[in-house]
Amino acid sequence: MSIARLAVTTERLDLDALIGAVSPAAEADAEGTGAIASFLGLVREHNLGRRVVKLEYEAYEPLAVRAFERIADEIAERWPAAQVAVHHRVGVLAVGEASVAITAASPHRADAFAACRYLIERIKQIAPIWKREFFDGGDVWIEGATADPDDAAAREDAYRRACV
Amino acid sequence: MRVSVRVFARLRDIVGAAELEREAPAGASVRHLWDDLVADFPDAGDYAGSLSAAVNTEYAKMDTELHDGDEVAFLPPVSGGERVAALRIGRCSTN
Repeated sequence: MSIARLAVTTERLDLDALIGAVSPAAEADAEGTGAIASFLGLVREHNLGRRVVKLEYEAYEPLAVRAFERIADEIAERWPAAQVAVHHRVGVLAVGEASVAITAASPHRADAFAACRYLIERIKQIAPIWKREFFDGGDVWIEGATADPDDAAAREDAYRRACV
Repeated sequence: MRVSVRVFARLRDIVGAAELEREAPAGASVRHLWDDLVADFPDAGDYAGSLSAAVNTEYAKMDTELHDGDEVAFLPPVSGGERVAALRIGRCSTN
């Protein structure tokens, strides 16, 4: 059974399934694949000096999936041979649990690593996903960037992070 | 006209609901709807300079014109996305 390549889910993330989703067996036109890079983002126990108890992730799901599609299109422009998949988890996650899983397949490793890194950087810029950190003594919404998919400087920033 | 409004994260906490129905005059923009919401929930005004918006699950500008039945989402800054401090120029290797 094939799984959605781009998804927001309340289920525990399955990296093997995402590797399968970009593997040659799953993709008739991926016979030239020679590398798959993967990334798992985990709930870290310490943040800015606070001891994290748990994180709660919230998404505007339909827009998040559209943001993933947009990022996949950007990757197809920069790295035409790359195939990518990403699942982002929502709900309450304990320390050590995976919140995001990404796989990127390509004929050669350089593009697989670059596409994988670009995808996580862009998700953090434009995917409508928020996290609330519960720590010893309180909780706080983590707010970083204003989401603007048309911000060319942000896109270049993600590209630099992926490639240098 | 009537539009539905969705708010998220801390903005949802401020408004006290994830979704609400609002009346707006014909031809109103996203900004009009936002200003109207801030009038009712002044703390939401914190996001005046950092807000994103979506109409019918597509990112939209504040001057986008609304239509009856639209779903408008107001999005506080997302969790990631800090910028690199110093610009470095590099190129990807293709092998």
